[in-house]
Order: sequence, then C-alpha cells, then structure tokens
Amino acid sequence: MRIAVVGLGKMGLAHLAQIRMVEGVEVAAVCDSAAFMLGLLRGQTGLHVCSDYRAMLDTVALDAVVIVTPSKSHVAMARAALERGLHIFCEKPLTLSPQDSAMLCEIAAARGLVNQVGYHHRFMGTFREVKRLLDAGAIGTVSHASAEAYGPVVLRPAGGTWRSRREEGGGCLYDYAAHPINLLNWYMGRTTAVGGTALNRIFSADTEDEVHGTLFFEHGTARVAVNWSDESQRKMCTRVTIWGSTGRIYADRQEVQLFARSDARLPQGYHVGWNTRYTTELTPAAEFYIRGEEYAAQFEHFVSAIRGERAAAENDFASAAETDRVLALLRADAEEPRAAAVPARRRRLSIFGR
Amino acid sequence: MERLIFGDNQFFGINHMSEEKARAQAIRFQSDAAVIAVLDAALEEGVHAFTCTTHDRIARIADHVRAHPERYRDFHFYPGMPYAHKYANAVTEDGMLSALGRFMPGEGGVARLMRGGLSLARGDVEGIATFLVDAEMAMFAGLSTPVIFLQNVLVDLLLGLGAHDAFRIFDAHVRTRYGAEPGYMTMNLPHLLPVLERLGIDKPIVCSNINKRGFRMSGGIEAYARALERHRFRCVAMSVFASGAIPPEEAIHWVCQQPNIESIVFGASSRANIATTRALVARHWALDEAEVATAV
Repeated sequence: MRIAVVGLGKMGLAHLAQIRMVEGVEVAAVCDSAAFMLGLLRGQTGLHVCSDYRAMLDTVALDAVVIVTPSKSHVAMARAALERGLHIFCEKPLTLSPQDSAMLCEIAAARGLVNQVGYHHRFMGTFREVKRLLDAGAIGTVSHASAEAYGPVVLRPAGGTWRSRREEGGGCLYDYAAHPINLLNWYMGRTTAVGGTALNRIFSADTEDEVHGTLFFEHGTARVAVNWSDESQRKMCTRVTIWGSTGRIYADRQEVQLFARSDARLPQGYHVGWNTRYTTELTPAAEFYIRGEEYAAQFEHFVSAIRGERAAAENDFASAAETDRVLALLRADAEEPRAAAVPARRRRLSIFGR
Repeated sequence: MERLIFGDNQFFGINHMSEEKARAQAIRFQSDAAVIAVLDAALEEGVHAFTCTTHDRIARIADHVRAHPERYRDFHFYPGMPYAHKYANAVTEDGMLSALGRFMPGEGGVARLMRGGLSLARGDVEGIATFLVDAEMAMFAGLSTPVIFLQNVLVDLLLGLGAHDAFRIFDAHVRTRYGAEPGYMTMNLPHLLPVLERLGIDKPIVCSNINKRGFRMSGGIEAYARALERHRFRCVAMSVFASGAIPPEEAIHWVCQQPNIESIVFGASSRANIATTRALVARHWALDEAEVATAV
C-alpha cells in the first residue's frame, strides 16, 4: 500500500515513523514546504521528498495520504486527494468550518473512500473501556458528564507558529478542547445545543488558552473544562467523568474507575462498588510503539480498513464533522453578548491610571 | 555495567498506572533534597548506578554530586538523552527550525557556538547531532558516565523513520568523545536489534521493557523472548514491575529467569523498597552481596 505523508512538523514526523512501520505500508512520498526538513529526510532516510502537494498527487502513484499540516489547509488538501480517489487519514480538526467538513464527508462517501481523523483518544484502552461500559448499560441512564483536558502548551506570551493564530485553527478550542469534545460525542451522541461558553485568554494574544462550556444532548448534559496553559501538568491530561442512574465512571489515560450501584447491569469481571482497571491490562502491546499504543492502533485501523478487512467505523469524517460542528457552536456562543450580573463600571480617565 | 541501576521516573511524577500516584510523587520530590535523600539511600543499599533523563533538575543533582566527590566516589550517572518534552515544547512554541536554533548555541565558547550554527546552516546532521549530545552532556562534566543512553522516544522515532545512520553517529561520538558505552532505550526491542547489527554495532547495550505481563513490549512478549535468545546484545530490563501491575516477588522471579539479561533498572521512593528489590534480585539471580554491587 503506497502512502504519502504531508506535513513534517512534530506530529507529522511521528506519524511518518509510525505508519512506515505498519505492515504492508510503503511510504511512497513525503511532502512539506520546509526545505530544511526535506533535505534532512532525503539525506537520512532516502524517502522520496516533494515540496509541492498537487505536483506530488499528479506524479506519484498513491493509495492514500496522511495529512498532518496546519488545520487551515486540511480542506483543500483533503478535497484534492479525494477527487483523485485516494483514501485519507487527516489530523484533527477535520476542517475549520462545519460546511467544509460536511462537503468532505459527502465526497468521501460518494466515492467509497476510507476516511479517518486523528482523534487518538478513541484508540486508548481506558477510553475504549468507558465506551464499552456505557454500551453495556453499566451505569444506567446517563444524566451528566464532565470532560477535561489540561496541559502545558502555551506558558508565555511568545509564540510564532500557526498554533497561536486563530484564523489558522490555532487556539485551545480547536487544538486541545477538540479531544474531550470528540470523546463526549462518542459517549453521549449528537450535541443539540451549547451554552455558557467562555473562551479565556491567559497568554495568547490572538486566541483562547482556556475553554469552558456546557453541551446539551438529547439525553443529558456535559461540562467541558480545558486549559492548555496549565504548567502543573507534565503533559496533556484528559479526564472524563460520567454519572448515570446506576453508577459513575471516571477515566484518564491510565485508569478507569467504575462505581456501580447494587442495581447496575455489569459486564463480566465487574462487581458492585468500586472497580479499577489500569491501562496495563486494557492496552494490548502495539506492533511498533513511539509515544503511545493508540497511535499505532489508529494507523493499523486505517490500513486494515483500506484493505477491506474491517468497516471504517472509528473516527470517520462524519464523526469528526460532528465535533467540528460543536466547536463552531462553542465559538459562536462565546461571542454572544453576556448580560453581566453586576453592571460593568465605566472606565474613568485619571492621571493615576485606571 | 551494574546489575542494578536506579531509575528516575518516580522523581518526575511519571507513573504509567495512576495519575494520582504520579502527582503524589511529583509533590513529594519537588525539592532536590528529597531526591538526593533517596539517591543516598540507594547508595547505602549498594546501588551505585543512576539512569536519568537530562531534565533541568538533574543538572542540580549533578551539581550536588560534584560538590561532594568523596561521598559519591562510587556513584555513576547513566544519562538518557534527550529530555524529549523540552524539545517538543520548544517546537510547539517556535516551529522546528527555530527550536533547533534555540538549543544550538548553548554554552562553551565561540568555537562550539560556531560549530552548532554552521552545522545548522549546512544541514549537517552529524554536526547537529554531536552538538546536541554535547549540550545535553554539559551538566555531567567531571562526573562518571560509563554508559550514555539515547532515550526511547528518539530511538524509536529514528527507527520508525528509517534514519538509522543517526545511531552510528551517536555510537561513534559517545565512544570517542566521552570514552563511554553507548546505550539505546527502546520500546521496540525486536525491531531495533537487527538494525544495530546491520550497522555493525557489536553487542550494544539495549534497555527495554521486559515484564511478565508483556506491558509495552511491542511486537509481543514472544518476539522479545526470541530476541533475547538470538541476538548478541547486553540487555537491560526496565519496567519489570509494569508500573506496579505485577507484585514485586512475581515480577523479579520471572525477569531473572529470562536469558541474557545483564541489568535491571528499577525505581523506588524509599530505602525499604530499594532494599526489597535488591534482596529479590540477589536471591533470584543467586548473587551474593558483593556481586549485586559489582559491575559486570
């Protein structure tokens, strides 16, 4: 299977190394606009390097592309690949507009191409176990969930990459909050409305560093709390807590804790009261590991879906488009004028300052 | 190489099983004195080797060791580089090339600065790589570093990219510049060994997860068993307790039965736990007191 990797930043390099080790994959080309990185890779790996994406699509025979470029460029790149009949793995978010995402879904579906987005949390052992418990009805009727993500990404005002530019898909909402929101969409279904959204700035000049809001579902509600300027975390930490009529589930990347009431319908191996399952038992060893088993698992899933060995159900464009829609709803809600509980004081000019 | 090597995950709030435990450890070890107290306890238990990432805090531990040469006469650092988060965060902030530039100048005078800057401008991989190794090693100047490890994130990234020549560069540089043994940490032992063999790196030191549960033994536990039997290399087992998923007695009993393992890396937060692990290893490897503390 001939695959091209487009975008050779931090994520792109890791994806390239990961997918190159999936059995049966040949990386036929890599593409980036940075001559330095292309030179390094050509010299050190002998990979075929390209600096022009469309020229690469026109000249290199491919089965699929992996798109790991800044978010703003996803839509045009994905569309060009779909129109050439290529399967696509695209990093999250799929696009920056729900209309664009819907359009890509339509083309991919019409052409019967495998399409997947890099929401890797769905491939983590613990978060998969949460889904399994919910599907088994272990906590009964779900009323509320809380999804959080914290990490040390932006810790000072500087920053010269696209991640700090809102128009290019930078910011905590699209870059960080997308993950817990995508998990909520997996666990709770379609979001019907959002409310009480706050996009707070801490260090960034052009984007938010903090996201807080409420999501409403057909059944139940959820709170989202995300902060990518949290130095107390060593790396990204995602947590989900879900309350139901017969129990409560908590999960992070390391463990799942289920508290089950006496009337809970429990899968085998679980009992009434507290249960803990660790990642060490929930995560099978990967074929090739770089930063987490989930990255290997998502590419193995993608490749086997292209081979037709399984339905391409997980993280398809349609499910990512739902997340894109929620992100847009949150952004719009945050821009609504707020009726302040306390009337804002008028600013007075004074030689003593404010 | 010592039979027992003390690890540093517990000092930096790294626990693969529980965020709560990880945080408790991060709080407990936020003062350097707390870290040094445990290192001293290890030393008193006859564990002389300490493998550590090139985290900023390790520089202060190294300063302390340098300041007390008598007390730490038999103490050896086995540095593992780079501390990947440092680079990853810089790349997120500045982009790839600027981030690299940020680390290239370093300290050590005009000549080194020129070497770094010129290498970067020319895209000279050997120059960049050796420069970065030297920058990471600066904190250990004057201290004993018999083995210098390349961290698993970088080893496995290079392995996945197929940028194998980097291992040769690292190997040659560590031997010639530091008179040390190069070591490789990996989560992909069965993939790495044939690559090092092809590069002509004979009997490399390779540190990898080896535990009864098969936790993070990529390619599966059977592939690891075959690798241990078939390849010529000096194996260091880490994560032998699978982050606490396997009871100590069972974990050590199993790992000591595997063939061709030379050393075991383990972490502990108290002298009692260090003593327990040491006693278990001595019993299951049938070593006497002196042998545990002796390098092989």
